[in-house]
Amino acid sequence: MIEMQSVYKTYPNGVTALNGIDVHIAQGEFVYVVGPSGAGKSTFTRLMFREEKPTKGTVLVNNINLSKLKERKIPKLRRQIGVVYQDFRLLPKLSVYENIAFALEVIEESQKNIRKRVMDVLDQVRLKNKARFIPDELSGGEQQRVSIARAIVNYPKLLIADEPTGNLDPETSWEIMSILEEINASGTTVVMATHSKDIVDKMRKRVIAIEDGLVARDEHRGEYGYEA
Amino acid sequence: MMNTGVSTVMKLRTMGRHFREGSKSVWRNGWMTVSSVGAVTTTLLLVGVFLALMLNLNQITQEVEKDVEIKVLLDRTLQDDQDINRVEKELKSISDVRSVKFSSKEKELEQLIESMGDEGKAFELFDQSNPLKDAFVVKPSDPTETIAVADKIKSIKGVSEVNYGEEIVQRLLQFNEYARTIGLALIIALVFTAIFLISNTIKITIIARKKEIGIMKLVGATNGFIRWPFFIEGMLLGVLGAIIPITAVVSGYYYLYYKLRDKIQFEFIQLLPFDPFAWQLSLLILGIGVFIGIWGSVMSVRKFLKV
Repeated sequence: MIEMQSVYKTYPNGVTALNGIDVHIAQGEFVYVVGPSGAGKSTFTRLMFREEKPTKGTVLVNNINLSKLKERKIPKLRRQIGVVYQDFRLLPKLSVYENIAFALEVIEESQKNIRKRVMDVLDQVRLKNKARFIPDELSGGEQQRVSIARAIVNYPKLLIADEPTGNLDPETSWEIMSILEEINASGTTVVMATHSKDIVDKMRKRVIAIEDGLVARDEHRGEYGYEA
Repeated sequence: MMNTGVSTVMKLRTMGRHFREGSKSVWRNGWMTVSSVGAVTTTLLLVGVFLALMLNLNQITQEVEKDVEIKVLLDRTLQDDQDINRVEKELKSISDVRSVKFSSKEKELEQLIESMGDEGKAFELFDQSNPLKDAFVVKPSDPTETIAVADKIKSIKGVSEVNYGEEIVQRLLQFNEYARTIGLALIIALVFTAIFLISNTIKITIIARKKEIGIMKLVGATNGFIRWPFFIEGMLLGVLGAIIPITAVVSGYYYLYYKLRDKIQFEFIQLLPFDPFAWQLSLLILGIGVFIGIWGSVMSVRKFLKV
């Protein structure tokens, strides 16, 4: 699913975020990316949907070479990958329904198919009764569920979550985690960057620790490994 | 599995979606919309009044210019047709001459009598021994060349006198120049006003939308997909901004044309007829409004599609 070969990333301001990363993630895996702030976690995940371009090295996602991907092909790639952020990134003026439908409108789906599919994913994240609300009228956990619904509405093979529980209280975080687990169980690869020791230690999945731009640890059924 | 291909031809329902989104956005943006429409309204109002003025001025100038003619009086010694034909040929060979018309001395007298009305009857006595001269009426193709053409005609053998109302021609030329200078200054002022008003509004819009555009791209929207609703929104803003100016210009022109026409009597000032001029002007204002609106959106969106 994801293949990184000696990937380096230096930002224009001279900061080196990644210093030679080699990682292989198979289809259907659930992977936590952990590590201190500023160690390169975010850069690592952002390379996977071509939000960033590697300075050196190869990034393959779903057999697409992202280093060589043309600018105008990026939208097509993004439609195969679901992305969830800490700050939700919902369109503030659109309703819950419209936010999710947007991801289907860009591939010119028919209104009939859109309605059916949006209601299905709203059911999946248990928000069917909030379809007409706008994001500001929802709690943080609900907003995150909307952004997850939007991320999976296109049946992506890969879901990338950048600290999805970072803004949420523990109880709400567990709701989000159970939804992500369900999505993973249906065959979608999930890559999640997180700071939550609690979640990583309880769920016991593969853990990739990034420190100083290098893979410091890569364990199956791993632990968080840092103080909370 | 759903369709994930990037199709090059936009589906009709997608166009419909862009229209819905564009018009929703007009409504949702509230005060931003009011301020954009206000900017377009102000600009179009000025442009509309100015256009009505300029087009009428142009019309008047053209009417006056049409009347410019040079009267070429011939020597009485020129008797036979051969000589007259030679002068006619020479007149026609001068560049910038549009038409040459012969007017015999009998016809000249007839015209003189007619123009004098009752008093002209006294001249009928001259029927027997006409003191007038045969003449050519020459129309220059470009009125501003009148003086040059007249000078050339003077040097033709057999021409005794050249009349072209020097003073009128001179004043017309001056008037034309004033009108053009003032018109140009007004155009520049208007363009700058429009640019200032619109770019200001657009700037605010850009900042408000920067994040939204970034999110749309993350979800896999192409640049074109993002751009279209903004086109539509800009177009709608332009259309909304054209409503007041069109109403004002049409009713103002109606008043000027039908009400004031009876009160002020200038024979040489002939306004362009209300129908169809007012409607053509409305269409022009609408077109400019749509152009300004789309142009404004395109500029603002383009800058942030590179995100």
